[in-house]
Amino acid sequence: MAERAGATVELREVTKRYGDTVAVDRLSFTVPAGRICVLVGPSGCGKTTSLRMVNRLIEPSSGEILIDGQNVLADDPTQLRRRIGYVIQQTGLFPHQTVAENIATVPRLLGWPKERIQARVDELMKLIGLDPERMRRRYPAQLSGGERQRVGVARAMAAEPPLMLMDEPFAAVDPIVRERLQNEFLRLQRAQGITVIFVTHDIDEAIKLGDRVAVMRLGHLVQYAPPAELLAHPADDFVAQFVGSDRGLKRLSLLTVGGVELAPVDRAKLDGAPVLPSSMSLRDALAVMLSSEAQEAPVMDGDRYLGALSLQQIGRILRVDEPA
Amino acid sequence: MTALGDLVRWLSDPANWQGSHGIPVRVLEHIELSGFSVLVALVIAMPIALYLGHTGRAGFIAINVANIGRALPSLALLAFGLVIAISLGLGLGFWPTVFALVPLAIPPIVTNAYVAIREVDRDIVEAARGMGLSEGQILRSIEIPLGLPVILSGIRTAAVNVVATATLGALVAGGALGRFIVDGLALQEYDQLMAGALLVALLAVATEVSFGALERATVPAGMRVVR
Repeated sequence: MAERAGATVELREVTKRYGDTVAVDRLSFTVPAGRICVLVGPSGCGKTTSLRMVNRLIEPSSGEILIDGQNVLADDPTQLRRRIGYVIQQTGLFPHQTVAENIATVPRLLGWPKERIQARVDELMKLIGLDPERMRRRYPAQLSGGERQRVGVARAMAAEPPLMLMDEPFAAVDPIVRERLQNEFLRLQRAQGITVIFVTHDIDEAIKLGDRVAVMRLGHLVQYAPPAELLAHPADDFVAQFVGSDRGLKRLSLLTVGGVELAPVDRAKLDGAPVLPSSMSLRDALAVMLSSEAQEAPVMDGDRYLGALSLQQIGRILRVDEPA
Repeated sequence: MTALGDLVRWLSDPANWQGSHGIPVRVLEHIELSGFSVLVALVIAMPIALYLGHTGRAGFIAINVANIGRALPSLALLAFGLVIAISLGLGLGFWPTVFALVPLAIPPIVTNAYVAIREVDRDIVEAARGMGLSEGQILRSIEIPLGLPVILSGIRTAAVNVVATATLGALVAGGALGRFIVDGLALQEYDQLMAGALLVALLAVATEVSFGALERATVPAGMRVVR
């Protein structure tokens, strides 16, 4: 599949008022093209409202939303939505339509020729791991929860949108399926280069999927940063609490063994120590070292020694995180 | 048992199956009168109910206004219908009866169609809107197909009520099966009276059964599958 550029999305002072209550207050942030921005926060923080303003399911009270520099408020909402993928928690699959018909929804609205629609449906079904021959004519009620979510994602991607909005898409499936769906989704998103705005209340999901994480509270944006930055330097007590007291460990899972400063290898000390591949996360490395009672372990990139990682070194990285 | 014997004798008399006063003609008249009344009610009620169901607006008011139609006695409506029809120069029989039957048919059609559309899962409708279906497309390709069995069940109730009540038409010189009942009463020909009543009852049951089959046939394929 051809590499497609995602859209750049910019929110400027976007506000939503319902009478006297302010649901979203002067929200501003930019999502670079091809990146995943995760809106996260407790319920009622305004994250879903913010998401739904981007495709104008909710009209902002004031402010501007720009997609590739174009103000979405100047566009016809129906036309706008056909260019933006949309996935919701309960998938919203049409129960009276087959898998293929569901996936074909937006291409059909856009008037694609039949052959192109069919080819695209087959391509997407293969991408999400459903055999077109076997599954094309199934109805949503005949699918598992995970399969339904996959079809929901495929349907949103069908017309090759430069932007996708996802509202807790993986919240309704069990943890094992969720993990698999997240991995598949990341792979798909990287391959297609789509820009994604993703809403979740689960900080672990935000850290795993987000290139940028926007933490919201009571309609305000509290912090907007890459996950590692969020974990290392929470903007305030609320963010610190929200990311969890184990944020140091979470941060370790974002860093790879090969990406930290290593000590020179002292072969005498490394006898019997486990060998760590450079792509391993620091969190996994810590687990391996603790369970084998090794103080130091050699790091290898293929068959090349990069250096040695010590428990003290991991401890130092953890301590850097502590707020002053 | 003589009554039953009389009834069978009346029904098996070939004379009662022929001509413009025969059973087949009266049955057709009855179907025509009922069918037309339901059709008029559909044309009036359906667009309003679908619109209100889709927008979720004023549903409470719509259903209550529609229910006033249920509270109005059909005989009173027939009297009004007679006055209206005569003043419009539409004559006796058919039109006054239609005027009486239409308000009877509207409430179940409005109530069911409104509820049918409202009951469609809001997540599905939101997903459709979020993908760029227009409001008309949402109604046509999502809400109506998913709500069709419930919509049809309202039409079924309306049709059965109308078929049963259309006998009143004979009071204002109309045809249809009410003729047998009204004439049977007037002439004290109880075999004719009973035959009329039996035929109306059969027609009402036939209406019920055929609409029931139609409802089952319109359950969307994906909703019927076994999980």
